[in-house]
Amino acid sequence: MAKNTIKGKIAIDRERCKGCQICIEVCPTNRIEVDRSLNKKGYSPARFKENVSEGEKGCTGCAQCATVCPEVAIEVYRAK
Amino acid sequence: MRGSHVVGEAAVRAGCRYYFGYPITPQNELPEYLSARMLDVGGTFIQGESEVASINMVLGASVAGGRVMTSSSSPGISLKQEGISYMAGMELPGVIINMMRGGPGLGNIAASAADYFQATRGGGHGDYRTPVLAPSGCQELAELTFVAFDLADKYRNPVMLLGDGLMGQVMEPVVFPDFIDIKDLPQKDWALTGCDGREPRAIFSMLLGQGELYTHNLELQKKFDRIKAEEQRWETKNAEDADIIVVAYGTAARIAESAMDDLRSEGLAVGLFRPITLWPYPMTTLRELAKNGRKVAVFELCLGQMVEDVILSVGERAEIYFYGIPGGNIPTPAEVANFLRSVAKGDGKVGRRIEI
Amino acid sequence: MSAEVAYKQVFGWPESLKKNPTHYCPGCGHSIAHRLVAECLDELGLREKTIGVPPVGCSVLAYNYFNFDMVEAPHGRALAVATGVKRVHPDKIVLTYQGDGDLAAIGTAETIHAANRGERITTIFINNAIYGMTGGQMAPTTVLGQNATTAPGGRDPMLHGQPIDISRMLAISNGVVYVERCAVSSFKHIRKAKKAIKKAFQCQLDDLGFSIVELLSPCPTNWKMTPKAAWAWVNEEMVKTYPLGVIKDETGYEDKK
Repeated sequence: MAKNTIKGKIAIDRERCKGCQICIEVCPTNRIEVDRSLNKKGYSPARFKENVSEGEKGCTGCAQCATVCPEVAIEVYRAK
Repeated sequence: MRGSHVVGEAAVRAGCRYYFGYPITPQNELPEYLSARMLDVGGTFIQGESEVASINMVLGASVAGGRVMTSSSSPGISLKQEGISYMAGMELPGVIINMMRGGPGLGNIAASAADYFQATRGGGHGDYRTPVLAPSGCQELAELTFVAFDLADKYRNPVMLLGDGLMGQVMEPVVFPDFIDIKDLPQKDWALTGCDGREPRAIFSMLLGQGELYTHNLELQKKFDRIKAEEQRWETKNAEDADIIVVAYGTAARIAESAMDDLRSEGLAVGLFRPITLWPYPMTTLRELAKNGRKVAVFELCLGQMVEDVILSVGERAEIYFYGIPGGNIPTPAEVANFLRSVAKGDGKVGRRIEI
Repeated sequence: MSAEVAYKQVFGWPESLKKNPTHYCPGCGHSIAHRLVAECLDELGLREKTIGVPPVGCSVLAYNYFNFDMVEAPHGRALAVATGVKRVHPDKIVLTYQGDGDLAAIGTAETIHAANRGERITTIFINNAIYGMTGGQMAPTTVLGQNATTAPGGRDPMLHGQPIDISRMLAISNGVVYVERCAVSSFKHIRKAKKAIKKAFQCQLDDLGFSIVELLSPCPTNWKMTPKAAWAWVNEEMVKTYPLGVIKDETGYEDKK
């Protein structure tokens, strides 16, 4: 696994998420997917793909997802 | 001092430091006076772009904790009804001066008193009441302005002072109550001041939660019940031995009082009941007066609005007569005296008997 | 693997925003606008000296979301209410947060005159070209051809007039010192919008005059689009009627850089 490309991680609050999928649209390294299991409000929330497959890039901590998230449902962390 | 100026000076002395209003005859002298006087005392004067804007500036200054006033005349008061309803729902103090003129619509600029329903029965939407004070001359304009601010703060409610175009223009000697230092004004621990050192506050009148508006209205009603119990004001003159009680407020009461004095010198036993709070109307007091075969003669500068509160107060206990002149025409004491003589005879020649 | 790396948080909850979940629709621009306002107030240290006036509209309950003093206003009257507040507390930050009906239909007079008086108030104007709260009626800002429940078949200039550009109208007034139109429908737009909002608050802090930031905002529900499509519609279609950018800037801030 390419350890040194994983510069960041996010935490999505799945109960806050309303499934608008804008974060999925904007993520430059394709680290977010739709979680088909519904949250308590009946939305299919976004889910962080923590495991990075071969050939994929990891989360860079760019915070684009959090910036566009209307629900402030995403916390972003960068490696120090 | 002229009536309109009296109100302005009284407001300043009562600690009012914020005035927002729009010109409308016959009360322009009030904003004109305050445009200079407010600045003297470090207050704020804005000529708003409309009566609508003005009442909303009042709402804003009130929620921020200020002692604040607006004024207008009948058509402009119609415009303020939305703001007054909101202030009642949000429990915000404020004083609204209405120098009444002829209506409906644009009407004329003469002194009429046809806004009684508007003042006492709303005229905004929802289950609320507005205390209404009815001065009958310059001295009372001064004193009741102080009372209006105190009532507004005490009950966190808009309060209306009902004058008319004649009262606003007439000049009379006035002794003002003492200047109130704004430091001595009641503290408002509910006002919006920025949430430094405390939880943020939100002040609003929309309550969508299950049962919230129901509860809120019941609470407001308790407040209105307290006002009814404690804040009724009236004056009676020569009522003890009267055969006829004439009921009138404001300018109409001054005319009726002259008529009463003239008729007394003729030997006709006339007394005067003058409500000073139109809401809460002093119903119990009037009901007490309407016994022993007395007749109740209602005189208004309109075609019959307060008379309905008289009917509510008196019912079938006494004969009720009514004489009213609309459109800003002001009858002389002699014409009112003719009405009262007609009431004494019961001949229905001037005014009419109210059939219940 | 993650356990071996130390992380620091770079994006979190602003203090000026309460943690209540909002009632806004998925993909709505309000939530983003709220967050940007909250972030700017936090960064400027203004939360405890701010008093806000929300509109009547979808964000009527904004006092459940913003974590500072707020007062409801009748529909359209926010800038008159804000004027009253600011005159009592000239040292506090007073902002209004209004939609297109509130600011540019029923409240047009109050908007123009507060701006014209140069009231030291900052207005955040959410333009979503529709009446959201009441179910999708035409707004003064509905664009030509755009469908609305009271303009079936789309906005027609002969029947409904052209969409109004209230920001440009306000810019004419000498009391207005800063007008910028941004959007909240892409990462880049959101970043620019935040800068504009912060600048608008700075105008008030520096006692310069009235400032307004218009934010083009998606309304997926009433535009009958998915959030993705609604965001794209702002970026591709709405900006044709409402081009983004600075409309007026007399702050002098750019010159100082």
